[in-house]
This record gives sequence, C-alpha cells and structure tokens, in this order.
Amino acid sequence: MKAKERLLKVEDLKVHFFTYGGIVEALDGVSFDLFRGEVLGLVGESGCGKSVTALSIMRLVPRPGRIISGRIIFDGEDLLKKSEKEMYKIRGSRISLIFQDPTSSLNPLFTVGYQVAEPLIYHHHMRLKRAWDKAVQILTKTRIPDPPAKARSYPHELSGGMRQRSMIAMALACRPDLLIADEPTTNLDVTVERQILELVKDLQREFGTSVLWITHNLGVIAELCDRVVVMYAGNVVEIADVEEIFSHPLHPYTQKLLKAIPSAQTVGGKLEEIPGTVPKLINPPSGCRFHPRCPAATDTCREEKPPMIEVRAGHFVACHLYGSGG
Amino acid sequence: MTDVLIECKNVTKCFPLRGVFAKKEKVHAVEGVSFYIKRGETLGLVGESGCGKTTLARIILGLILPTSGSVFFEGNDIFKFSKRELKEFRRRTAMVFQDPFASLNPRMIIADIVGEPLVIHGIAYGEDKDEMVKELLERVGLKEEHMYRYPHEFSGGQRQRIAIARALAADPEFIVLDEPTSALDVSVQAKILNLLNRLKEELGLTYLFISHDLSVIRHISDRVGVMYLGKLVEEGKREEIFSAPLHPYTAALLATSPKPDPRERGRKRFFLKGEVPSAINPPGGCRFHTRCPFAESICASEAPHLERLSDTHRVACHYPLKARREGEL
Repeated sequence: MKAKERLLKVEDLKVHFFTYGGIVEALDGVSFDLFRGEVLGLVGESGCGKSVTALSIMRLVPRPGRIISGRIIFDGEDLLKKSEKEMYKIRGSRISLIFQDPTSSLNPLFTVGYQVAEPLIYHHHMRLKRAWDKAVQILTKTRIPDPPAKARSYPHELSGGMRQRSMIAMALACRPDLLIADEPTTNLDVTVERQILELVKDLQREFGTSVLWITHNLGVIAELCDRVVVMYAGNVVEIADVEEIFSHPLHPYTQKLLKAIPSAQTVGGKLEEIPGTVPKLINPPSGCRFHPRCPAATDTCREEKPPMIEVRAGHFVACHLYGSGG
Repeated sequence: MTDVLIECKNVTKCFPLRGVFAKKEKVHAVEGVSFYIKRGETLGLVGESGCGKTTLARIILGLILPTSGSVFFEGNDIFKFSKRELKEFRRRTAMVFQDPFASLNPRMIIADIVGEPLVIHGIAYGEDKDEMVKELLERVGLKEEHMYRYPHEFSGGQRQRIAIARALAADPEFIVLDEPTSALDVSVQAKILNLLNRLKEELGLTYLFISHDLSVIRHISDRVGVMYLGKLVEEGKREEIFSAPLHPYTAALLATSPKPDPRERGRKRFFLKGEVPSAINPPGGCRFHTRCPFAESICASEAPHLERLSDTHRVACHYPLKARREGEL
C-alpha cells in the first residue's frame, strides 16, 4: 500500500457558542486526519458536535458560534487563516457540503439544472450553455432517470431521493477534493438510502474524491467508511479502521453504543443501556466528559481530560483505561 | 384463534384528492388488508414511507373510517359501536406517536397531559389524579418533580416517556406505537425499547408496533407484517420473515438495510432500483411488479392474493421465493 497522503488535518479545534444561557463548548479540542481518497465516517449522537465540525471546516459556523482556537489544515494550508474571499473560492469548488434535508437546501425558484450548473459558472467561469450541458452530464452520472428533463424541473417536482441525487450532482460538479456529507440519507427510505450509498461509493471511486461522511447510523458507517471517528459531547473519543471499531471497540462509550443497536442477537433480550443522558455543554463534566456515565470511571477520569493515545497501529482512543501502564 | 384481540378484514381506504385543480383521482392508501393480533403479542408492521402503515393504524383505532372493510375488537365491529361502547373502546386502546415534539401540547404541564385521559374517562380527579399521574411517571422512569414542568423542558427520550405514560393512563389493553423511536438516538432508543418490553410484560399489553427500521421490528415483534404501497405483502412469525422471507420485497428490504457489521460489506446482495410508485395511480397487477427483479407477465396483469403457505406464514406473490429456490436448486 502506498503511503497515505494527508488531505485534511483538524487540530485541537475549539468552537464555542456564546448564548444568553452561557458559553456552550460545542467542540472541545477536536483532532483527526483525513487522507486522500478515503471515506472517513464521523459518528455520534445528536448534539455531539458532528455538524459543527463540518461547518467549521467550511468556515460556516453560525452566530453566536465562534471558532476559538485550533487549526484546519487543508492540502497544506490553514483554512482558519484564509480571508472570506479566499473561502468563497474553496467552498463548492474544492470542498463541498451536502446537507441532511435536500428540500430546504435546494432553491425552489431555480431549476435543478441551473443549480447544478451554478458552481461551474461561478468557479470555472463557464457560459450557461456549456455549464448546463455539463450539469446534465453530471446528473446522468447520479443515475437520475431522464436527466435532460429533470434538469429542467424545479425541486418540488422531484422525489426526495432524486433531490438528494441532484444535491450530490451539485456538490460534485467542480470535482472537489473533499466532499462533506452531513447525514444525507437520514430522511430517505431504506431502499433509496441504499441507492444513494451505492452511488456515493461508485462516484467516490470514479472521481477519487475524499469523503467525510457524518451520520448517527452505525449501519451506514459499517457499509461505507474506511475509517471511523467516534465523537461524544464535543470530543473525539476513538479513531480506528472500520473493522477494528466494530470488532475491538476500546472506548467504553463506543462499546456501549454498539451494544445498544437492536440485532438478531438481541431478540427477546434487553438492549444495553448507557446510564444517564448526554451532558449539557454549557457546563460540561470535568475531566473525561463521559465519566458520569462510565462504569469504569476513576478519580483520574473526573479530574484529567484523557489524551488521545495510539493503542494499536492506527487505533486511537482518548480514555484513561488505556494509559501509559495499561 | 380464540384469543384474537384485534382483527381487520379487507380494510381499504381511499382519500379523494381535493382542491381547485385536482383531477377526480384518489390516493389508494390502504387496499384489502386483513390480519389479526392475538392478546399479549406484538405485531410489527414494516414498510417504507407512504405504504399506508399509519393510515392502517388510525383505522384500527377507529380514528378514521375505512372506505370498506371492518375492524373487530374482541369480535365486535368497532364501526358499529354505540357512543358509549366507542368511548370504552377508546379507553381500552391508546396510541404513541412518532414525534414527541409535536404530540405533547406545549401549553400544558406534564401532570395535565398525563392526567387528561383519567379525567375524560372519569377515572380520577383532583388529588387522586395527581397520585395516579405520579405512579404513571415513576412507571416509565420519570420522577414526581417532573409533574409541574412543561414539555419544552424535556429531551426527546423523556418526552417519549411522557407520551407512553399518557398512553398508559386509562389502563389500556392495546397500544399502537407509530414509529416511537424513529426520532431518537440509538442509546435513547435502546432505553425506550427496553421500557416498552418491560411494560408489556408487567401490564400484559398488546402492541401494534409500526416502524421502517427492520432491526427494531426484529427486536420487538412476535409476528411481522410487511406492507408495500397499501397492501400487506407478507405476514408471518418473526423468524419466518427474517430467516426465510418469501416475498421478493421483504427479501430486498432485508438485504438493503445497512448492517452494523463491516464483514457483511463484500457480500453480493440484491438491491431494488427505482422508487416507490405513487399511490394515486398504483401499478396494476402486483403493485411491486415494476421494481421486482423476478416479475413475469402475469405479475403485471393479475394481483396476487395473500396466500397461506404454512400455518402462520402468508405471502402475496405469484412466485414466492421459496418455490423459486426449490425450483432452481
């Protein structure tokens, strides 16, 4: 295997939201790498900071949120040092984002074809006619039935699956290096979800695009991703290859989360419960943020934030259980 | 079949399209569905959006009238109930909805939300009511102190617990759970599923559990019905459906849903093409024939009946997979 080239490096990213109720520490030192050509899964439950991570990479964190510190190195350059004008040139051309709800992220006033052509007109300065032809080509690649006709349709005339296909076409129009997909299949039916997953796999192979796939669905992670980043309450708790995460999860949170999924083995029995609830991030627990719900928590866990350590090659975990001696 | 609690016979529901520009067309939401639920069991109903799961649930509870067909509760036709009988039927049945953010009145405190069925059915008032609400909340894992708060102060999982407490208030025997965990995270879902199983055992409840998530259906159901575009295409015991599906649609659903196991990834499985057709003009013959990889000419012209292939297993398909496998292997 050839050496992996790092495309994106997120380093100690801190994002806070300054609300009337207090400061919400949405991301508290998030770090991970994304290599060229891989599909990296970002998994966690609602409110763990998955979407904020995606928005931070695009520099689109909404107010009252602010990136406090950290670095986001994309292809050798720190995105946090770029001007807004420089970011315009990156968004949609080198990094694209697909949202969960294709209905609200497509403009109802423009045809699908125009919306897919728009990044080409903006970034590649194409004439409308040429951009339109290109858009139809890309729509064909997303396996929309009858692409020339669909390009002339408005979003409300398409089904949910077709809207998500046109979102993918729009995102891939300029052949970006990195595609960030924020729960793109959550609202879709399973048979359509499957089609979208297969489509993304194929296009990813064809274009060589790197993908950051955000989801709460561990099934989707298992099917699609090469490596997985597990997040909990604004922290990355574990990073490993996908087989490794499912066969040897190390962090107590990952272990419990995997056992909470209903499956053939759980029939008739009880599902694993994680005691307590996800903490509020206005006043997060000290030390390891998982310690109030962790069965193995010690005094160290309450006081010190666990560092990310490499337990096995490529398998990182932030937990005191796997400290220097153990 | 002495202990059948609920039975639907040939239930059909069409909604006419309304509006100035509407053509004289109908949405065929549910068509000719028959099944039964025995006392004390959980029937899982699975299907994609728009297949008529929720419409069917509403008909079973007598919330909307079917276009044709009937529903029997303990052998009595619920659409022939007198006003008093209907009220008693409503007390003995309950429903939990999908979205716990929309199903609780934001202007009512929890004590009133959970206590309302008690007042409506004349079970308890005043302090007795508060005492019963307290017990109900404790039963679903909430505390007394939650009684005087408003719904917005609770998380999704807690709200679903409140909705369950309300459903239990009038001591029902039969509860329809319409996607009760779809809006929840995996770890919260696990807690709610455990709670529902515990309550069923403690109170001897009967469930109709509706979901699009096959792993949840497999976990909680005794028997499973699979719906596609308003029709029940297959029905059987849990393991019959999951280990030996007979309808190609069931098999496709099983193959399609993402499994939390990376080792499954390389396996060749068959996936469906296209999307669910519109229920306004559903395909003739077998409604699934447009997407079925095994369809033959008869499938387009003749609708298959739900036929019994074993004591418990019924399927509506001209070429059920079992026959196909035996013929080919």
